[in-house]
Amino acid sequence: MAEIRVMREDLRPPAPPPKRHFISIKDVTREDVERLLATARTFERSLEREVKKLPTLKGRLVINVFYESSTRTSSSFELAAKRLSADTMSIKSSGSSVDKGESLKDTAITLGAYDPDVIVIRHPQIGAPQLVARVTDAHVVNAGDGKHQHPTQALLDLYTMRESFGRLEGLHVAIVGDVLHSRVARSLIQALALTGAQVTLVGPPALLPRGIEAMSCETTTDIAAIGAADVVYVLRMQRERMQEGANYVPSLREYTARWGVTPERLRPGQKVMHPGPMNRGVEIDPRVADHADALIETQVRAGLVSRMAVLYDLLTSGPVGIKTETALEVA
Amino acid sequence: MLFARSTPPENLFVRGARVVDPAEGVDGVFDVRVDDGVISALGTDLDTNSHRVLDGEGLVLAPAFVDPHVHLRTPGREDEETIASGSAAAAAGGYCAILAMPNTDPVVDSAATLGALIESARAEAEVPVGFLAAITKQQGGTELTEMAELADAGAAGFSDDGVPVASPGLMRRALQYGAVTQRRIALHCEETTLSRDGQMHEGEVSAELGFTGYPSVAESLMVERDLALAAYERQPLHLLHLSAWESVQALRRARAEGVAATAEVTPHHLCLTDEAVRSLDANVKMNPPLRSASDRTALIEGLKDGTITAIATDHAPHARHEKEVPFEAAPFGVTGLETAFAALYTHLVEPGLVPFETLLERMSAGPARAYGLDEPRIAVGRPANLVLLDLNASYRITEGSFRSRSVNSWLLGETVKGAVRTTIAAGRVVFAA
Repeated sequence: MAEIRVMREDLRPPAPPPKRHFISIKDVTREDVERLLATARTFERSLEREVKKLPTLKGRLVINVFYESSTRTSSSFELAAKRLSADTMSIKSSGSSVDKGESLKDTAITLGAYDPDVIVIRHPQIGAPQLVARVTDAHVVNAGDGKHQHPTQALLDLYTMRESFGRLEGLHVAIVGDVLHSRVARSLIQALALTGAQVTLVGPPALLPRGIEAMSCETTTDIAAIGAADVVYVLRMQRERMQEGANYVPSLREYTARWGVTPERLRPGQKVMHPGPMNRGVEIDPRVADHADALIETQVRAGLVSRMAVLYDLLTSGPVGIKTETALEVA
Repeated sequence: MLFARSTPPENLFVRGARVVDPAEGVDGVFDVRVDDGVISALGTDLDTNSHRVLDGEGLVLAPAFVDPHVHLRTPGREDEETIASGSAAAAAGGYCAILAMPNTDPVVDSAATLGALIESARAEAEVPVGFLAAITKQQGGTELTEMAELADAGAAGFSDDGVPVASPGLMRRALQYGAVTQRRIALHCEETTLSRDGQMHEGEVSAELGFTGYPSVAESLMVERDLALAAYERQPLHLLHLSAWESVQALRRARAEGVAATAEVTPHHLCLTDEAVRSLDANVKMNPPLRSASDRTALIEGLKDGTITAIATDHAPHARHEKEVPFEAAPFGVTGLETAFAALYTHLVEPGLVPFETLLERMSAGPARAYGLDEPRIAVGRPANLVLLDLNASYRITEGSFRSRSVNSWLLGETVKGAVRTTIAAGRVVFAA
């Protein structure tokens, strides 16, 4: 998986073996993704047992550092670590030294002094995980950095689609809404391209970033385009974006009328996904959200096993090679 | 308009260097003798007259460089740069003159502030320094500074660099008043409603990385406005740090129509593209941002065909802790004084993109002309403003490479070719490696 390229070699002692991280989908290969999905599936089975805890990461320390509010990502990382018997510690920006103006670098160095095996970080600014990776010896997992990347979300989304369709190759996914501000979209587009799926982005012109087509996807402002997709992936319409006088769209009301995902705009049997939290009645009609074709709850469960897979993979496997189920059972 | 420590000029003798001065049409191996800081002889087998001898064998002797755009951070951020450290960095970079921008704290918008800077320069500047004063009070964009008084007090020009003059009406008044001050007005062209929150060039890379885009049109729209005003008022102007293809086009057109516009381009815009931002390194974050490959090509073309006549470093020192943060939290700007020649020689001349003579002209005579300064020349009777260059030196740039108080260079860790060996500014050796 990802290796951080040390840009300023002169600041670092001569080459220690590169630490593996999970910071951007851009850094992983299709083999990595397949291995992680297979591992996640193994964990899904282990969670069906009465005692769900595995001893795999006993004695390891996973620190979760969240500079942004989060329910599902932070809870699933914490639970993932606990299910694997790792020690966990969670730091939130409010109530910590961050409130006192401590820099990310200093916070990372401080936490690094506890010798964590993994630091999971969510931060409102692009590149924060790379910075942490530069100043600590931990494996770094990106739990969302600004509008850049949210790679474990992409992994759990792939997992969900694979479980539902049995394949990713050739799958057509329409991603609808505010792509501009969405790290979820960026990671997912790359992950889908990596696995051979086809992607169409649908949304208001100002929310489809100029140049995004270079990420091997198509764009359209016409909501009717979702009709052709196997999966309609609805992005959260961030209300705060509409308050800046930025005029990305004239109003939320107009957005909903024009780009809201409603039962009328879907074909029967089309699957609907959403990374959460949803704005019911804005980007997604409540009837769609609650329909059996919505995979939203599946996504949450997939989040747990995908994150278990990432932690397991970073701490136990080498850069290549798929861990077999047998090996896991023994562990 | 330029101020430095007053030290007696020297008697020097540069032996056997390849003397290159495109403006004088000189390119050959000669000796150069300097008496009392003035070039007194240029020829072969000259007598040293017992002057201090600088061995030029295997080296190029060129007119020293002029940097029309540096930030000396004084007053206000002396932790990042001072007149002493910035001018020492300039000396090490081969410069015989630099112009400092007025976006300091406080802003250089009064004769008193300017006077204090000039006094400091007379006490500590290693190479002659000129100071631009602000166009508007506190660079606020609403009220003109007392430009005539500032010009009399020694301002080398006027600029609100860092921010644009947003109001076209006020811009027009500033240009009109240029006729009184006889000083160049230098413009930072940015339409901020288009560049708002922009972190990097808007394009494929920003789309992928998620950074808010700063589109080319945010620059070129303002370039076109200012060129239109300059044409209307028949006043000259200087465009700072051009970055976009569209801006070069607009400038080329305006110059063809007779507008007295000059422009500068930075080493980083000539050497890099927005692809560099994929590193997320805050040392490739600058305003205007690095743009696409076609923009870079247009800048190089503009430099070659003389649309752009000056290379300016936009040397912008920043404290280490302010750059060791995620990209979006970092301030704009990179240093450049000490690396400009090597960067450009390595990235433009060695690969054959720009002739060596063009590079020398655009780093020296071109920028001097833009502000009406004396052009450094290698000719008898001219003040000795000379640089000895070693074109074969190959070395790695590290944090230890700098005389500047700041190390926010995009070249850290890079191996470059071309080194400054000696700098002579105003008839005095100010740097010797």
